[in-house]
Amino acid sequence: MDLSYSAEELAFRDEVRRFLDEKLPQDMSDAVREGRSLGKEGHDRWHAILNEQGWLAPNWPREFGGCEWNAVQRHIFEEECCRAHAPRVVPFGLTMLAPVLQKFGSKTQQDHYLPRILSGEDWWCQGYSEPGAGSDLASLKTKAVREGDHYVVNGQKTWTTLGQHANWIFCLVRTNPEAKQQEGISFLLIDMDTPGVEVRPIILLDGTHEVNEVWFTDVRVPVENLVGEENRGWTYAKYLLTHERTNIAGVGFSQAGLDAVKRMARAEMSGGRPLIENPHFAARLAKAEIDLMAMSTTNLRIISRAASGQAPGVESSMLKVKGTIIRQEINDLARRAAGLYAMPFASEAVEGGNEPPIGPEGAEQVSPQYFNNRKLSIFGGSNEIQRNIIAKVKLGGGA
Amino acid sequence: MNFELTEERQMLQDSLRRFLADRYTTEVRNGIIGSDQGFSAEIWAQLSELGVVGALFTEEQGGFGGAGFDITTVFEELGRAGVVEPFLDTAVLGGGLIAALGNAEQQALVERVIAGDLQLGFAHSEPGGRYDLSRVTTTLTEEDGTLTLSGRKAVVVNAEAAEMLVVSARESGEAGDADGISLVLVPRDAPGVSLRGYPLLAGGRAAEVDLDQVRLPATARLGAAGAAFPAIVERAAAASVALAAETLGAMEAATELTRGYLLTRQQFGRPIGTFQVLQHRMADLWIELEQARSATINVAGHLADEARMRDRHVAAARNLIGRAGRMVAEDTIQMHGGIAMTQEYELAHLAKRIVMADHRFGDTDYHLEQFIALSV
Repeated sequence: MDLSYSAEELAFRDEVRRFLDEKLPQDMSDAVREGRSLGKEGHDRWHAILNEQGWLAPNWPREFGGCEWNAVQRHIFEEECCRAHAPRVVPFGLTMLAPVLQKFGSKTQQDHYLPRILSGEDWWCQGYSEPGAGSDLASLKTKAVREGDHYVVNGQKTWTTLGQHANWIFCLVRTNPEAKQQEGISFLLIDMDTPGVEVRPIILLDGTHEVNEVWFTDVRVPVENLVGEENRGWTYAKYLLTHERTNIAGVGFSQAGLDAVKRMARAEMSGGRPLIENPHFAARLAKAEIDLMAMSTTNLRIISRAASGQAPGVESSMLKVKGTIIRQEINDLARRAAGLYAMPFASEAVEGGNEPPIGPEGAEQVSPQYFNNRKLSIFGGSNEIQRNIIAKVKLGGGA
Repeated sequence: MNFELTEERQMLQDSLRRFLADRYTTEVRNGIIGSDQGFSAEIWAQLSELGVVGALFTEEQGGFGGAGFDITTVFEELGRAGVVEPFLDTAVLGGGLIAALGNAEQQALVERVIAGDLQLGFAHSEPGGRYDLSRVTTTLTEEDGTLTLSGRKAVVVNAEAAEMLVVSARESGEAGDADGISLVLVPRDAPGVSLRGYPLLAGGRAAEVDLDQVRLPATARLGAAGAAFPAIVERAAAASVALAAETLGAMEAATELTRGYLLTRQQFGRPIGTFQVLQHRMADLWIELEQARSATINVAGHLADEARMRDRHVAAARNLIGRAGRMVAEDTIQMHGGIAMTQEYELAHLAKRIVMADHRFGDTDYHLEQFIALSV
């Protein structure tokens, strides 16, 4: 039992810190710290900086141009990026699609798509959820019918994150309506410029446009865009979901969020004293921090096990549930800390304007973030679905 | 013991509920939120005609209500429909303060409020003052019959639309002292008054109000010099009654929507309302809803009590409803899933109203501390 990083891991951490000191643009870290949106241009810039460093794909094998870091290194990298307020790398191509292509894609697909993901030439989005298929994803209805050298795709996807910037979408489609639900699904790559693909914005309750509906009307997709075998898509999707669940605990986000709450609570006065000295507020803050300290060790325990080659099991579901509860509690504390100034809705701050902030620093973002992060316990397998998984594993056939 | 509404209040509730169900649809309301003004003058006029404003004043003041249960009757319905029009600011606070302290000439403004043709704002909170009602640092000085007002007011709801602002300012003492606080009536376009307006997350608009050596006649004062604090606390209590009832109404509507969704939304081949985990969560929400209803009744019934008893009930109700409200807002979104995260879905707005109400006149934590302080 040793809770500290090894000498090599510490050296790696220092290397990451040096890189972030030198290469992370100040305007970008300011924007991230203040919770402002970076837009496509900002994401592209950071993507290019990481690519130049060769650190864009921590999880990819070296043969594909990745870092092939182990789980501990990846964790250190993510932790340091959060601490430095680096932008989040858009994960759809890099950490969701790429592992599927690397494991199940053809050589031709790997050679074509993977370099384009690294170069930023392609921006991928995910076509999984449908209006009628949320928690019950396997009930999806978007269908692909084989006609000669093409599939003809009809249907609708929803909650497509950043689909407005994407030029490609990976989709789960139904290719065999007769088979058992999970056995009639295929994994298809679709060029968003194909006639019949339409992206419609969904505005979220905090006024942001981060998700979309994607409609498919007689969209002709070449058969070579099928990944793996027809009707085996569910297997690939499950494989992808296990990759989506790395860093699911969001420890770095919680830590950054907690630091921001403390900054605000030191500056905000309550009854003539700093809010952080208010016993009631301080107690709530302390509980969140205590929970986070334990959870980050749970996270490291699982990472450490993964680094030694063991697959994560039910623990990733536990991390998802606990991690999102802690993040949402921190969002609630931030909202409390802002007091009256939690009420203004500064849409220009979200979009990146030049107006001075209304109220104390950071206050403008607390309520939009509180509402926006309700999504954390809904997406990527809702917390109810995660609890089902935990109960099924722990109770066995009895559940 | 009788927990039924009087016949008059029942009629007001019925007509208000019918009107809002017909006219104040999600689409209409979201259009109002997106507008430059942030509220609908037409809806304001129609609701005033229905008696919504009159119900918030006593007969003596020219209205036909004004008691705690009149406030809850009106605001519960406004809450159910997610109404963003500033009835709290213009009527309960601005109009209520003028009615409580104004001289005969100033009382004429109350008539205009009740008639629906005067908008007001209550400029009281200050940057850094948080929820402490006595933390007033804006200064008011008098020289040769002229008053000079200087300071800065925070998140003044409805300031831009208001013809007059009711502004609190200190004539003596220090921030935190109850004595020495006065109220003055300030025309919004008076020289020295400048506004930085912005929309609010849950609808409506507010402004930061800068007061730079604003000159006023001595007749602008409401009531006696330095003696306005008890009236401010009384109106803050009335505002808390309104906010409690509004939140209760929004919680009712949110749980109703969720009930409907659970009965119709199909996943895994059956309505999701057949899953026991969601049934139990709904059961808990209904339990909390009845707690919130009782807390609202408690505070409304004690609004006219002596200050300490009244304020203890204010603190209790706002704390309980703050907790229950957060639970309802968060759990109803969670049980819906993604759909409730979209701006065009009614629940998204209701959840914002519920949570943002907790930032007016003290949040859940503030009221817990108040309750403790008033209980020892």
